[in-house]
Amino acid sequence: MRRTSWLWGTSLAAYAFLYVPLTIVVLFSFNDSKLSAEWVGFTWNWYRTLFADDAMLGAARNSLFIAVTASLAATVLGTMAGIAMHRYRPKLLPFMVLTPVAMPEILLGVSLLVFFISVFGEQALSLATVIVAHTTFCIGFVAIIVRARLAGMDESIFEAARDLGATPWQTFRLVTLPLIMPGVIAGALMSFTLSIDDFVITFFTTGVGVSTLPLQIYTMIKVAVTPEVNAVSTLLMVLTLTMIVIASRLAPDALRGQG
Amino acid sequence: MALLEIRNVTRRFGALTAVENVSVAIEAGEFFTLLGPSGCGKTTLLRMIAGFDLPDAGAILLDGRDLAGTPPEKRPIHTVFQSYALFPHMTVSQNIAFPLKMAGKSANEIATKVKGALEQVHLEEKGAQYPHELSGGQKQRVALARGLVNQPRVLLLDEPLGALDAKLREEMQFELIELQRDIGVTFVFVTHAQPEALALSHRIAVMNAGRIEQLDEPSKIYGLPVNRFVADFIGKCNILDANVVEAAPGGLKLEVKGLGEVAAPAREGARPGEHGVLALRPEQVRIGAPDTQHDLKNHFSGRVRDLLYVGDITTYVVELPNGTRIEALLPNSAPGRATFFEAGDTVRVAWRHDAGNFLRD
Amino acid sequence: MTRPRAESVTRWLVSGPPFLFLFVFFALPSLIMVVASFRYPGEFGGLAPLVATRPGEDAGLTAENYGVFFSDWIYFQILAKSFGVALLTTFVCLVMAYPLALLIARSPKRHRDFMILLVVLPFASNFLVRVYAWMIILGDQSVFLRPINYALAQIGVEPVSLLFNGFAVIVGMVYVHLPFMILPLYTNLEKHDPALLDAAQDLGANAWSRFWRVTFPLSLPGIFSGAALVFIPVLGMFAIPEILGGKDDWMVGNMIKEAFLGTRDWPFGSMLSIMLTLAVLIVAALAAWLARKGTARA
Repeated sequence: MRRTSWLWGTSLAAYAFLYVPLTIVVLFSFNDSKLSAEWVGFTWNWYRTLFADDAMLGAARNSLFIAVTASLAATVLGTMAGIAMHRYRPKLLPFMVLTPVAMPEILLGVSLLVFFISVFGEQALSLATVIVAHTTFCIGFVAIIVRARLAGMDESIFEAARDLGATPWQTFRLVTLPLIMPGVIAGALMSFTLSIDDFVITFFTTGVGVSTLPLQIYTMIKVAVTPEVNAVSTLLMVLTLTMIVIASRLAPDALRGQG
Repeated sequence: MALLEIRNVTRRFGALTAVENVSVAIEAGEFFTLLGPSGCGKTTLLRMIAGFDLPDAGAILLDGRDLAGTPPEKRPIHTVFQSYALFPHMTVSQNIAFPLKMAGKSANEIATKVKGALEQVHLEEKGAQYPHELSGGQKQRVALARGLVNQPRVLLLDEPLGALDAKLREEMQFELIELQRDIGVTFVFVTHAQPEALALSHRIAVMNAGRIEQLDEPSKIYGLPVNRFVADFIGKCNILDANVVEAAPGGLKLEVKGLGEVAAPAREGARPGEHGVLALRPEQVRIGAPDTQHDLKNHFSGRVRDLLYVGDITTYVVELPNGTRIEALLPNSAPGRATFFEAGDTVRVAWRHDAGNFLRD
Repeated sequence: MTRPRAESVTRWLVSGPPFLFLFVFFALPSLIMVVASFRYPGEFGGLAPLVATRPGEDAGLTAENYGVFFSDWIYFQILAKSFGVALLTTFVCLVMAYPLALLIARSPKRHRDFMILLVVLPFASNFLVRVYAWMIILGDQSVFLRPINYALAQIGVEPVSLLFNGFAVIVGMVYVHLPFMILPLYTNLEKHDPALLDAAQDLGANAWSRFWRVTFPLSLPGIFSGAALVFIPVLGMFAIPEILGGKDDWMVGNMIKEAFLGTRDWPFGSMLSIMLTLAVLIVAALAAWLARKGTARA
């Protein structure tokens, strides 16, 4: 039909718009030239420089550590929040859980900056403050996913478990937890991804000498751009891509109806 | 002593009284049904027996012991839920084994009992399958097996046959009766489908708006309804406005609106001048050609207005001269009945002097 | 009759920890910020104490930060520009996202999940990377721009610069936020009953009418969700204007960043943050109200 081909055309253009810039970044990470202007030749050079760059490696270590810790904390707290929001329908908790997700990141970043320094003094900012900051905005994502998973289940299953002799704790352990587990894991992976990728909030809450990969990229972009940025970007993309694909297998509905 | 006693139980939700001062004594081994329209309180009552809700007043006693303070997991009472509530992440065998595991039974005993339960519900081959692989009827049977496997004192069934199609429903009804008879566990069954209740139960409690209207065995519920609600709710019934003219031990003389004088069976406490209704079952009304039926006490002429043919019987709606309509039932293979009546035919309807019931509202 | 006490214990055990965590690390900081917007800046940056420790030192609470905002026209201008950028970005995102969302919603079921995954995947790349990609494309040295400028130079027109200006900022904003518009729109469109369009066609509506009178109105709740998901983050952005824009392209976010990390005038920065928060709340309330109205009709 005529109308469908028009639809296809504009959609393909939209997909191209989404992917061409990223393809360029990946392509030029293999380009044997300092400028990302035209293709000169294939090289692994920039990846070699990357792995020799101590600052970059330190930042990568930090990013990983922060992401693992923050996603763990956010998953535990977010799962509890998701269960609480589904079962007890509280008034205040959803607001506190979801607002950090909905607000512009800069607001959370600066308010935590002011908070930490006011409460803990001038030297307060450190790795720990970043972890706390990341946990705060990741809780919301996990909670949304877990709550959605619970909403899709037959409520009478939990009553049936108690009816047949299971204490509330046994019901949680043997019935609830196994059934929400895919959602919990998807939430954990999402938190990991968000943490690794975060720039704005990290920007305001890191201490001196604590850098993460996005911060390194930022510095490089502003100071001296070399294709090393392309290389680290490509690697980062591969990592988060894997996480998202796994998460999408476990909780396909979570990635859709958000907002 | 009754096995399960519900004593003056009341439950309110804000301004709504879901269950009002209900008292029932259920005997061991009984198939007991709570029957009523949606919203009558039967499910609320069931949930209180299971322990998921607590009465605002009154008590529920098992073997004479008050169940208040005993959480659901400690009550020797199990429920078959309307949606079956099978654990989706466990196999059929694991589902059935669940209550046994909760009771701390040994692995050997569990294996034996699960096997026995599967045989009892004719699902021997399905042990390793998951709920989503089963049909509605099969899920039903797993839910039953799971509820019965560790011999509860009472099994509660919350409209378990609601999701099944008509034919399957009927098959399951037979299976339920057999199961209950073989195992001997007390069943408390909740439904709004009155043919089902009549078919399955030893006794029925008809509920309406939180109260029990009548508690009796099926034949009495059907044949001797105690008030207009029960007569109307159970089966089909002609409900005709009536006044008592004479009351004698041998029978009543009623003045029925639109019909005139009608003879009805005696009713205790009926007094002349009393207002009520005559409840007459369609199968008690005979229908024939205009010049027949003179041998029955109550007979009237009318015209066939509508008829409903359902294969084994035909229901005729006969309109009498003043507009009153009476439903009469005719089996379709009665000997000597060669002709059916058509709409518009003039017919004669009649019933015995001791047919029907005079009821107060 | 008493309700089981164990249930309330469980309730507190489950909702307590997340509530506590968020209270300390979200609610409290927000409150501190509100108060900070009413304080004086410290001598070496940060916040001045609430009680004066030395004679002549500014201390206590004041509304002067807000006074500055309302007295100097430039702050309002930047806020207005931020709104403008957000509005334009939202509109462009909507125009680009709609055909794609429509296509995915109308595709056969087995393709949809994959097509949506393709939309979400670019989201997997780091935000800065996505911005950096446009630095490459729009830069003067880029493969794309040089031939265009060369051709323009031949006909005597000034070379066009696509980077470090408002154009680049908008492109960057749209690029980063496009998935946020596609997803809610798709979720809404997927639920449309195809029978409605058949009915409209049966009653004489052509393709455009069917879209404008049936599909579009029904998709309004999705549009509002997507618009909110784009508009609000764009409002608070600072990295994109900083990297892709020029001096004239500053937005509220840039001012806030400058206040906290540059001039270290925290009260002023806090005040700006409060203003931004208020703006966001107004927009969110508007979006929610519009979405409710749209759903009520549909």
